[in-house]
Formats: sequence, C-alpha cells, structure tokens
Amino acid sequence: MDLSMFLSVIIGAIFINNFILSKFLGLCSFIGISKETKPALYMGVSVTFVTTCASIITWAIYNFILVPCHIEYLRTISFILVIASFVQLVEMVIKKFSQALYRTLGIYLPLITVNCAVLGVAVLNSEMFFKPGLNTLTSFTLSALQGFCVGLGYILVMLFMSGIRERLELCDVPKSFKDAPISFIIASLMSMAFMGFSGFRF
Amino acid sequence: MLIPILTMSLMGLLFGLGLAYASNIFRVEIDPKIDRVIHALPGANCGACGMAGCASLAEAIVNGKSEITSCAPGGQEVYNRIAEILGAEVKVKKKKIARIRCNGGKRSSDKYEYSGLKKCAGVSLLAGGNKECRFGCLGFGDCVSICPFDAIRLNENNIPVVNGSKCTACGKCVKTCPKKIIILENADHKIYVKCLSQDKAVVVKSICPVGCIGCKICEKLSVGAFIVENNLSKADYTKAKSDTPWQAVIEKCPTKCIARE
Repeated sequence: MDLSMFLSVIIGAIFINNFILSKFLGLCSFIGISKETKPALYMGVSVTFVTTCASIITWAIYNFILVPCHIEYLRTISFILVIASFVQLVEMVIKKFSQALYRTLGIYLPLITVNCAVLGVAVLNSEMFFKPGLNTLTSFTLSALQGFCVGLGYILVMLFMSGIRERLELCDVPKSFKDAPISFIIASLMSMAFMGFSGFRF
Repeated sequence: MLIPILTMSLMGLLFGLGLAYASNIFRVEIDPKIDRVIHALPGANCGACGMAGCASLAEAIVNGKSEITSCAPGGQEVYNRIAEILGAEVKVKKKKIARIRCNGGKRSSDKYEYSGLKKCAGVSLLAGGNKECRFGCLGFGDCVSICPFDAIRLNENNIPVVNGSKCTACGKCVKTCPKKIIILENADHKIYVKCLSQDKAVVVKSICPVGCIGCKICEKLSVGAFIVENNLSKADYTKAKSDTPWQAVIEKCPTKCIARE
C-alpha cells in the first residue's frame, strides 16, 4: 500500500476512467438533471455519498458473504439488492431527521437507486480490488477511495455540463437541436476531450 | 446449488424485513390534508406564490402560514376547492391581469444598433437599452419566454400582448421586465394608458409616434377619470362614473395611446 497506488486510483477515477465521459455510466441523470448548476451539484453530492457508502457495503457483502459461500458469480444481483435497499434506507433516514436536506437531496435519491454508476463502481471495485493477494485493509481503503473519487468525477462533469447548458439557454440554437440533441453533441465533444486523459495512463 | 439459493433468499429476506422495520421507525407523520391540497393546486410549480413549488405551498396553507388565496394562477376555483378541504371561508379576490404599458416597439426610434444577446436583460445593460425612450419596451420578449402559462406573444410591432384568458397574474413577467413596464392591474378596468413615458411632449413626439404627450385632452373629456401627472396620463377608476365617455376619450387621444382590451 503505497502513495502512488492511491494517486493512480484518485486520478484514474476522476479523469481517466471518468464514469460519465469514459465509461458512459450514469448517463440518464447526466442528461436529465444538468439543466441548472444547483440541482446538478446536489445530484453530484448525493451520488458521491451513495457511491462511497455503496463501495464500503458491497466490499463487506462480497468479502464476508459471497466469498465464504463461494458464490462470487452472484455478485451483480447481490450488489443490486444491497444498493437498492441502502438507498431506500438513506432516503427514510434523511426524511426523518432533516426535512431541509430531504427537500434538496431527497428527490434525487430514487434516481440514484437505479443509477448504473453506483452499480458500476461496485462491480469495478470487485474486479480491481477484491481479488486475493491484496490485504483486507488495502482493498477496503482503495474501494472506498475509488467510490468517493468516482463521485467527484461525476460532480465535475455534471458541473461542466450544467454550466455549458446554462449558457446555451441564451444561445440561438436551431430548433431541431434544442435541449436534448445539442446536449448529446456537447456530451460527445466533452467525451472526446476526456479521451486525452488516457494518454496519462500509468 | 442449495447454498446460493439459501444465501440469496436470506439476504433478500433480511433486507426486506430491515427496510420494513426501518420504515416503521423512521415514519414521518404527514397531515393527509396536505396531500389533498396538493391535488387541488394547479401543479405547475410556477413559483408565483413565492414557495418552492405547489407541495411547499400546500404545506404552508394547511399549517396556516399562507393564505388560501396565495395561488394566483389557480383562481377562484382552486380557492373554493382548498377551502372545502380545510373547511374555511374564502375571501373573494379580484382577478388581476398583467398589462404591458408601452405601445412603441418598432415604431419608436433606436438609440444605437444592438447586435448582442437577443434578450431584454442583455440590451438593458447597455445604457438602459437601445430605445431612445428610456421608459419603453425593448421588444426581445423576455416576458414571453418566462411566462409559465404561454399567455404572452409579441405582436407585429414587437410589443408583447397578454392573452387575458390565459394570464393568471403570477407576476413572473413583472419581475423579469428590466424596464418595469409590465404592471398587474385589476382585470375589470379595461381601459388603460399604454405608455409610461414621463418625458415632455416635445421629446416624446420626436422619438415615438404612440407615446403619451400629456396633452390633457383625456383629462378634460372624461371629467377626472384620467389624471395627467409628470407628463403622463393615468386612468383613475375611483373617479370613473357610469357615463364616462370612454370611447370618445380613446378616439380623441392624439397619439392613440389609450387602449381598451
């Protein structure tokens, strides 16, 4: 467990393997909630929270339930189960204890339940860090870190996109390209720009 | 074969029971009235009431923090329905309508040629707009695009026209207009002066063919139902009588800036 490993996970998750622009996960919320900066930021924060927690929980489920029972092939379905229940639980807790927070984040939580980015980070973690050989603490830390950084990458791209779309509101876009089509074009251009980071692969 | 089935069923059962238990612990009591009021409201989430949306307004109404008549777009019908749910009385509120108090548009002359962002908000940043008249409509239709009820259109002179049957007096256009020429007025008062220029007659005549020049013809003809102040005429409905010659006033106005809906 050395520093370079942490660094490569951080940079890899935020830029090189950015979930939205390189792995094309979480696209529905990316297009759906990027019209204004504020909701985009809230959505990003919610996703970051959930990906971090989901990484930790799926790590525990994988290592303490799936591996001892030798049913690693049921990874996907058990992760879906865990993530969906977890998000539901978080929604309930927030609703109970902080109405203000619920009003800002609450509406996004059901969207996250079915967000492929969250499942994606769990599966990616299990492929990268859950293998035998890494000691338990390392694989746990790296998983949690990757979950968090994937969320950061998501926030970053959501802010880019919402900023661009806010400015786009003021532009004279041809009618047939208004709203979603022009957003897809922008997304593809941004994605190409992010391809440049692959050169940094280490 | 047995182990995977057992583990997965156990996990599913555990999470399901956990959630059921948690939902019991973390249950939030909600007044069922709030839900019914939400359904009674128009659901446009226009924000005219000043709340975040219809749901927040419904909560405020049920908790007594807002008036039943807070939802201007809803109108009388919605007030009645909410009152029925809450068992309260409705005070009748006069219907209001947004009025555009300028008739110049393309006809009034320009101060400079503007080629920037096609928004009133944009052009108004440059010396208060590209119109010679410092009171007049800029004609880029910010009010048209902000109207949540699709009630405003630009006419051939680039002047917004409000559709009285669609307008709910939510006040969004009033807030967005940088020249503040949109005013909410009593919808029953059909006759109004379509100009807000306080410039002197000479100035008005040189820059706009349809601006009020403060000639006081309307004041004399209507016997006080119009008042001219600061070179601008204004309809005063408190002085209006049943025999006020509205039609004559509209016809006699030299610049035809008095309008009837």
